[in-house]
Amino acid sequence: MSSNLSSNLALSLNHFELFSLSPKFDIELATLESNFRKIQSESHPDRFVSASSAEKLQSMQLATLANEAYQTLKNPANRAKYLLELQGIEAISETNTAMPLDFLMQQMEWRESLEDAKAAKDINALENLLREMQQEAKLLQSEIAVLIDQKQDYTSATDATRKLVFIDKVYADINKAIEQLEANL
Amino acid sequence: MAYSDKVLDHYENPRNVGTLDKNDPNVGTGMVGAPACGDVMKLMIKVNDAGIIEDAKFKTYGCGSAIASSSLVTEWLKGKTIDEAYAIKNSAIAEELALPPVKIHCSVLAEDAIKAAVADIKAKQLAKISA
Repeated sequence: MSSNLSSNLALSLNHFELFSLSPKFDIELATLESNFRKIQSESHPDRFVSASSAEKLQSMQLATLANEAYQTLKNPANRAKYLLELQGIEAISETNTAMPLDFLMQQMEWRESLEDAKAAKDINALENLLREMQQEAKLLQSEIAVLIDQKQDYTSATDATRKLVFIDKVYADINKAIEQLEANL
Repeated sequence: MAYSDKVLDHYENPRNVGTLDKNDPNVGTGMVGAPACGDVMKLMIKVNDAGIIEDAKFKTYGCGSAIASSSLVTEWLKGKTIDEAYAIKNSAIAEELALPPVKIHCSVLAEDAIKAAVADIKAKQLAKISA
């Protein structure tokens, strides 16, 4: 069956191919979104009520894959990690703890500011810190776009991606701190 | 995820949190980070002229296992020579704290922090000799 064949094929595609995107860091988010919705509706269980169990299974696998692919490509750090993976590079290895010293110092400082602001229940300070992280993340993202899409410099892109993962973590922790403070107001 | 009693103990009562004077020629600093979870660890050791670690302090931002791993190593380091310190393996830390497989990287972080601190103190000693 043709639908069978196409979902079979879809299951063998990489995340970019699945959404008809070229494998770049700088992607059209609107295209990602609409192509994801399309696959979602095509693989929806309601459409397979009277289908064979093999077809049901395949549509479910496709829905799961599309979900995973969408989550990966939507998030900039995950997208960069995935692009590097396609190049055979594991950017975030658990056994590699070496990071540039100045970056780690900066991390410590941000962490300390976060602790201080939390202790002082200073939402303004937390929001300033959050904005600082947003800016840092944006800078790194444009750096990664140039390194991967234009220069194909995957070594530097790996370093920048590792930094972005750290920034995202601080960002999430600041957000959590703000939410906790606001909940206790 | 359930933490072992030892992890909880170190997490709730971390030993030797703080910093030493980084400009002291007898103090070595090791800074490492784990991108997998965004943890950052700073370990400082003070070594006397006989090459024995007299004091150790840490500052870690991360999960309970990362904090426990660094707290534990500061206890282990005191009284050791820098070469003994350098030989500490992450597997020993993981075993002592009964870390589950997903948290082994926290013990790797602690081992790497020790190695970085020892490398720093050795570099300082070399600088002192050649000065």
